[in-house]
Amino acid sequence: MLKIIKIALAKQIIQLFKKDITVELRQKATLNGILLYVLSTVFVAYLIFTRMEELSTWVALLWIVLLFASTNASVNSFRKEAGREFFYYYTLANPKAIILSKMLFNAVLQLVITALTFLLFNLLLGNPVENNNLFILVLFLGSLGISTVLSLSSAIASKTNNNSTLTAILSFPIMLPTLLTAIKASMLCGLGFAWEDCQAYIVTLGLLNIVIVALSYILFPYLWRS
Amino acid sequence: MRHWWKALAIILLLYTLIAGLLIPVPKQVILYESIRNLYFHVPMWFTMIFLFFMSVINSVKNLSSNNLTHDTKAKELVNAGIVFGVLGIITGSIWAKYTWGAWWVNDVKLNGSAITMLIYLAYVVLRGSLEDEQKRARISAVYNIFAFVLLLVFIGILPRVTDSLHPGNGGNPGFNNYDLDDNMKLVFYPAVLGWILLGWWIASIRIRISNLSQKLEA
Repeated sequence: MLKIIKIALAKQIIQLFKKDITVELRQKATLNGILLYVLSTVFVAYLIFTRMEELSTWVALLWIVLLFASTNASVNSFRKEAGREFFYYYTLANPKAIILSKMLFNAVLQLVITALTFLLFNLLLGNPVENNNLFILVLFLGSLGISTVLSLSSAIASKTNNNSTLTAILSFPIMLPTLLTAIKASMLCGLGFAWEDCQAYIVTLGLLNIVIVALSYILFPYLWRS
Repeated sequence: MRHWWKALAIILLLYTLIAGLLIPVPKQVILYESIRNLYFHVPMWFTMIFLFFMSVINSVKNLSSNNLTHDTKAKELVNAGIVFGVLGIITGSIWAKYTWGAWWVNDVKLNGSAITMLIYLAYVVLRGSLEDEQKRARISAVYNIFAFVLLLVFIGILPRVTDSLHPGNGGNPGFNNYDLDDNMKLVFYPAVLGWILLGWWIASIRIRISNLSQKLEA
């Protein structure tokens, strides 16, 4: 019985995820906006700095661009589920499938944004990072953490009247643990430290990701019901 | 005699104040007499965490029972906790000025306390932007639980992997090793209990006021 429920949940997640992707590819509103945002920010940075040799400024700029890009991307992630469609979804889907599929979608979107931003930084501003393999791992885990926190925050904010402001207010403080850990770890990788030295931070990042996903999974059904 | 714990709070805090300022303390370089701030600064954080923890328990109860009294409790416990958090920052800031030489330093625990304040101020803002009572109770409960667990991970793990100016971190000796001698323990533990009781007392008064004003409105 439990197995059947699990399979049903996985099926729903995949279907909802496919739906989100299809809608996104058809409208391209979010993705295009974010890509343009990233491109113009990095280009402005390029016009100001031309080449950036100093690691700490480079890392700070990268994470700031990522933070605001992901906030912009996630603000509207529950917009379609807020109006009349809400009742339709409510009768159709399991809330757990909804939050998991939404987190999956936001994570994929975020990873695309992150990869592009990293590429643009490499092209325009140079790359002062010493240990690139580990740096990419940190980028991956940090982006996942940011996008998952934003998923639940925007779900909470979508239940209120001032959606876009509240998403930022709610998510920034609870995102800071992930963000600070990611920045610390990326600084270490940038300076060329190996796995042994950044291990603690990377494990913490992974742990934070697991905690965020587990909490969202448990708490979202209560949000959905209200 | 159901108010015995309030009397205990008063006695313990009077004792903290008098004994904390009079009982001899170990002489430490840089710290000197400012070490007595330990009886005031550290219990503020314990009290804050205690109040926030009780608030989260009430949020969980609210989610499972849908009873609005739990929501009132959660709200007022957070309000009282914020007061203790602000006091913790102020006492810490004064202490930092006289030992580290600045009102605020870039230290993992200081950043943690600032983030804690931001999270709970966001909680207050979230409550302010929801009008329907049931909805507000439910949504703020979800945020309260989510934020508190992340906060625990943050202040529980990150200071342990990062260097800090605080005792017990990054090569600095902890108070437990030799500073906190028996004399200080004699004041410190009662002080912690006293402040926690005071925090609980303040929160319970606020809960009663809140309940009464809700009755008046209804």
